[in-house]
Parts: sequence; C-alpha cells; structure tokens
Amino acid sequence: MEAYSRVTGKVAPLDRGDVDTDQIIPAVHLKRVERSGYGEFLFERWRSLPNGERDPDFVLNDPRFRGATILATGRNFGCGSSREHAAWALQDYGFRVVIAPSFADIFRNNCYQNGILPVVLPENIVRGIVENAQAAVDYEVTADLEQCTVSDSEGLRVEFAIDAFRRECLLHGWDTIQLTLKQEDLIAAYEQARDTPPGYTQR
Amino acid sequence: MPKTMFEKIWERHVVVQDAGQPALLYVDLHLVHEVTSAQAFEGLRLANRRVRRPDLTVATIDHNVPTTNRSLPIADPFSRAQVNALIRNAEESGITLYDMHSAGQGIVHIIGPEQGYTQPGMIIVCGDSHTSTHGAFGALAFGIGTSEVEHVLATQCIRQAPPRTMEIRADGNLHYGVTSKDLILAIIGKIGVGGATGHLVEYTGDAIRSLSMEGRMTVCNMSIEAGARAGMIAPDDVTSAYLRDRPQAPQGEAFDAAVERWKQLHTDEDAAFDTVAQIDASAVAPMVTWGTNPGMVVSITDRVPDPASFPAAADRMAAERALEYMALEPGTRMENIPIDRVFIGSCANSRLEDLRAAAAVVKGKHVAPGVSALVVPGSTAIKQQAEAEGLDGIFKDANFEWRESGCSMCLAMNPDRLEPTERCASTSNRNFEGRQGPDASGEPSDGCRGCDRRPFRGRA
Ligand code: SF4
Repeated sequence: MEAYSRVTGKVAPLDRGDVDTDQIIPAVHLKRVERSGYGEFLFERWRSLPNGERDPDFVLNDPRFRGATILATGRNFGCGSSREHAAWALQDYGFRVVIAPSFADIFRNNCYQNGILPVVLPENIVRGIVENAQAAVDYEVTADLEQCTVSDSEGLRVEFAIDAFRRECLLHGWDTIQLTLKQEDLIAAYEQARDTPPGYTQR
Repeated sequence: MPKTMFEKIWERHVVVQDAGQPALLYVDLHLVHEVTSAQAFEGLRLANRRVRRPDLTVATIDHNVPTTNRSLPIADPFSRAQVNALIRNAEESGITLYDMHSAGQGIVHIIGPEQGYTQPGMIIVCGDSHTSTHGAFGALAFGIGTSEVEHVLATQCIRQAPPRTMEIRADGNLHYGVTSKDLILAIIGKIGVGGATGHLVEYTGDAIRSLSMEGRMTVCNMSIEAGARAGMIAPDDVTSAYLRDRPQAPQGEAFDAAVERWKQLHTDEDAAFDTVAQIDASAVAPMVTWGTNPGMVVSITDRVPDPASFPAAADRMAAERALEYMALEPGTRMENIPIDRVFIGSCANSRLEDLRAAAAVVKGKHVAPGVSALVVPGSTAIKQQAEAEGLDGIFKDANFEWRESGCSMCLAMNPDRLEPTERCASTSNRNFEGRQGPDASGEPSDGCRGCDRRPFRGRA
C-alpha cells in the first residue's frame, strides 16, 4: 500500500446520515472477483434517475465537485454490510479522505486497509465543512495525517484522533499481514500453550 | 477482579499485546463465503502465502446460489465464476466446503451453529457483517472486510482494539405472538442504527434467557443493525442442549467437559459495562419497518410517522427521503399498506422454528390475488426437516413458492429479486434502498408472524 501523509483537495458534500454500504456499492457489483474497477458503480443508485439518466441533483454529478478527493458526510457512514467493495469503490473513484461525525466499525477498518483516511470530527464542524463546500467553488480542505489535523481555506484548523497503530500503518504503507507474520513464532507458541486446542475440534 | 464474558473470552485469545497497539487475537473459527473471499485468496497467491489453518476454516456457498433447480449450472456468468473461484480456492487450500449440492449447504450463519462448529467461548470471524449471529452461543463473533479475511487466512489471527462494552437488559415476558425479532427491532428503534457503534453488546435479562437458541440467534444477528461490533448471550442449558450431538461439536465425555468450561464464561456479578440500556419486553408489540433502515420501525398497529414529528433536522430529512422512496404517506396505518411480495428467509429468520411459526399462520389460508410469496429455508437441512414435518405442503397449499436454501431475496444477488416499485413484506434484516432489487421497497424486518398475516389481505 502507498504511504500516506497529507491530502489537500476539493470536498464533495454528501449531506446524509446513516449511509449504508448497499448505497455506496450495490450488491449486484459484488460478483466480480477483482479488487479494482468499482469506482464507476460508486453510489450508483443515487447517481442515476429511474429512467437511467444521471440525476443532476446528486453531488457526484455536479461539475463543481468533479475531482474531489475528500468526501464530507453524515453520522454512521458505511453502516450495514461488511463489503470492502465500498472502500474499493471510494478509492477507485478518487477519494482519499472521508470526514464524518461517526463511522460504522467494519467500514472504518476497511478504509484503513485501502489508503482511505476516515476522519471523525464533531457534528458542527462537519456541518461547517459541508456548507462551505456547497457555498464556494474553490473551497479546499487539507487532512494531515502527520499532524492529525484538518484545516481549510476558510481558516479552520482542528485536530482529530486516530488509533496510533492505524496511523503508523497508513503513514508507512505497511502490509499488516507481513507485520503479523513476523510474529509467527508467537502465534505458534500460543497454539501450543492453549489448555484446549484452538478451534471447534475439542473432541 | 470481576470480568464480563467478553473480557474472559478476549483475554484467552490474546496472542500478542504490545503497549499502545491493538491486540493480536487468535481466531478459533473462520467462516468463508463466495462474495468476500476471492480477492483474499488471490492476495495470498500473489504474495506466495498459504492458509495457516485450513482445519479451522469452513466455507459455504450461499449468496449467489439459485433457489430453483440446482441440477442446472448457475446461469449468471459472474455468479458462476465467483462460486467456482471459491470451489477452487477451498480445494487448493484444503478447506472444508459445503458446496451447492452438499447436504450441509446453507446460509453461512445458519450452518455454523447447525453443524456444531459454533461453540461458546470461541472467537469467530467471517467476511460478513451478520457474523454477530454466532454470539448467541456466548462466542465473540464479528464481521470483517476482505483484507482482514486475507489476514486471518494467512495468520489465523486478527488485530483488534478492544471495543467498549454495553449491556442491553430485557426483562419481563414477551406477549403471545411477539417474537425475538420484534424485541430486537424495538431495541434498535430505541437506541438507533448507530446506537451501539464501537460497542460489544451483551444481552441479558429474563426475556433473553427464555428465548430458544433460534430466537437468540435472531437477536444477535440484528446487533449489527444497531452498529454493534458484536452481540453476545451467555451460554446456558438451552445452549448446550442445542449443541449436544451436533456433528462438529465435542462428543460424549468431551462434550460434558466442554459444558463445564462454558459454565465459567458468564459475566461476573459485579463486572461493569461501559454503557447499559434497558427494555421492558412485556411492552413490546409486533414490529414492522416503514423506512429505509432498521431503526425506522413502529408496531404493526401503529401508523407511518410524520417526518415533521422528529425533533432533529437530520432525522426529519432522513424520514422524508425514506417515505419518498417507500412511496408512503404519513399517517397510513401499517396494516393497510398494500404489498406485492412476501419473502420468508435470510439468516435472521429462516430456521425451522421460524418456518413452523409462519406455517401455523399460513395453514388453511391463501395468498391474496396479486401477491406472490416465497419461502427460502436457511439451509438444506432445514428444508429437509421442514418437508419431513409437512411444512412445505402447508406453504404450497397456500400458494407460497417453496425453494432451495440460500440468501436469496435478502440481497438479490441471485435471480430472486423485486421489480422496481414493488413492495415486499420480508423477514430479513435489512430494508436498505434497493437491497431486495433496484428501486424496490423492502419493508422487511418484522417478526415472522407480523408479516405473513398480511399477504392474505393483499391490497386491502
Ligand atoms: S441472508 Fe442476507 S444478511 Fe444473511 S448472510 Fe445472506 S445476504 Fe447476508
């Protein structure tokens, strides 16, 4: 995974709460066995009208937000299904940061695994970012993972909290499987030491 | 120091705990299905890694399978390729696979318990959010993404920061005709779809203790719909009676020894949870959802709410959008909402007990004209047991279709799906937009009984 430090970019405001992963990427696109190519299906149902045409009112169809690398949205983003395809679709579309008052747990983990930074900020600050993005064409936000800050072109500067381990992994682009495999001897020792062997085969 | 059940299980599974880092936990059982695993196996292959413990990994095919004639190949080429990928991956890695034609096939969260793989005290993971179901046995069970699936395949471990803990206490007795599904929907309605985010939930209280294993599984299944990392119920006699003689459970003396160990798992009397919520089970009525998430729920005798009645602006906006999608008017009596389809199935409610309850309501009646109704048992074994009891005949006589097992119209990856604008009463767990078919309105999540009464009324 690519190392991550700082992203400055346009913000797409998706002013909705409880956005579930079925909306981020519908299940019909989960039949593919690849990791890439999901961006074109991102928010597919909201991007088009029932007649198949693009919905001009949907934020990602608005030319002002073309090229946005930051998504600002409502509480509990990414709830529902565990599908990592949701993170793959956001990443493939070009998003590197999602800012929300809260995230669903599995989705948040999936973001870390794919070089997307999920930033939790207080509701009123997220609201301010959403409104600024809607109001000004040249509005930009910077998410700085080194400093753990979010700042914007209007003078905002706030800190955000992030799990120290996840931060390190993102900053260095570490492969977490490789990290764990370095501790293989400890895993083997654990397997040996358990009073009942691991697993269901306790017969 | 007194400990919660969660803490006891967690501590027992810590392989490495470095200061300031998430714990590396050992996984006892890794369940795998076709939709979230192909990229993980491919990742292993590219990195030249192998599956560490194929013996602790169990796979099934459930999401893509057709529920009609299984002797034919899967028609959809993408579904077929995905299924074939899992067959190949399981074979190459030496993983037990319950394939489409196996007697043990079924929805992953149904067959884990049914075969006896799921046991108290375990850590269980699966690339599927409803893995929380297995917590009904007093296991710590949670859903993970595909990258984490790859991590577990390679290492049999998972990295986790400890969640906060939450007790949800349900005291009092459920009234006749009120099911565990109604109870959990009432809980989600109360705490909200993000109400348990970041938390591990333990359900306690008489109302929980008096549930069957099937009912407990429904409660834990829906934990994720409140955002919980996992849901758990302490094991007791009901748990061990369910597991005794299951093929993968310990047998004979080993079983008795296991039961003794399971008895130690319960939360100690003075152990503290970070959060506590309570619900009076005797005040719960049959529940049904009116909107596009499982928290948008009222009792069946209630009416579609007016968005203006929600104090918070975000909730008002969400309710307006939901009603527009569902094509519902505020104030409409829930019982008077016309439906086009009925779906009885999914890992929330497709076990034998659910089918029996549904059949008891259906018996001697007929699906209303213009409504089509589908029963999809959760596993091939359940289907066979139901047939042995004659339940299939009851459903067929009432004009229900009786199908092979799988996820089916719960997420419409196979040919079972709603047409645009169709409205469906469903026993599944999610009523998200488009979940059961593009632009269709699922109106799921009601307790089994609440829902199968309505097809007879049809477009009243
Ligand atoms: S039945 Fe539905 S919720 Fe359960 S595993 Fe299948 S798709 Fe997921």
